[in-house]
Amino acid sequence: MRRTGWMVGVFLLGAALLGIVIYPLPMSFLPEGPFASLAGRALFVLLLAAGMCLYRIGRGPTAADRIVAVDILGILIVGFCAILSISTGRSWYMDIGIAWALQSFISTLALAKYLEGRGFEE
Amino acid sequence: MSHVLGWVFITIGLAFDLFGCLGLVRFPDVYNRLQAATKCVTLGTCSILFGTFLIAGFDAAGIKALLAILFLMLTAPVAAHAIARGAHRSGIALWPGSVVDRYAEDRERDAEHKVGQE
Repeated sequence: MRRTGWMVGVFLLGAALLGIVIYPLPMSFLPEGPFASLAGRALFVLLLAAGMCLYRIGRGPTAADRIVAVDILGILIVGFCAILSISTGRSWYMDIGIAWALQSFISTLALAKYLEGRGFEE
Repeated sequence: MSHVLGWVFITIGLAFDLFGCLGLVRFPDVYNRLQAATKCVTLGTCSILFGTFLIAGFDAAGIKALLAILFLMLTAPVAAHAIARGAHRSGIALWPGSVVDRYAEDRERDAEHKVGQE
């Protein structure tokens, strides 16, 4: 039973990756540039990883699991902004990435402090 | 040439991100999941940002990518350490197959030392 679930998971992941590499869905907000098709594939891989993080946020048995998954989701969004900035040629996407990383760091520290159960006064 | 190298770096980073999140789904424990997920930051996203720098060159986007790499390298280990410490102090149990728990041993020894001093 457990082995069957493992094989189903490997099949689903491989099928999703093959589908992304062979036939990516069109992303209408990307302009027709030199990197449009490569960037579309990269964004779909990041979306797959973000879906795994969302699964862990919904399922996670403890609060610490959810905090780890939220942290990683923020980091994935920084990578998303980097790929958007090179494929559209607009450098202010990197500003969004830097600001997101800073805010994600501070919120993760606050949540870890809350998890420790000592309040915010220290 | 530097475009090709940049896309190679971005592909490496995407692979690390994907497998880090796979570890986040598959591993049995908070600490194991954290250990898989931290690779996703330093090797995955920093590699994507370095590829962005190689493609964009020394213009606004490239310099901002270098700044983001510096910031992530400084802050991500601190955040992971804080999460692990908070999880251990809030009493989340380790996976039953775990071999050793040095932090609990250290805290026990510190408590004994304090009692002996008094």
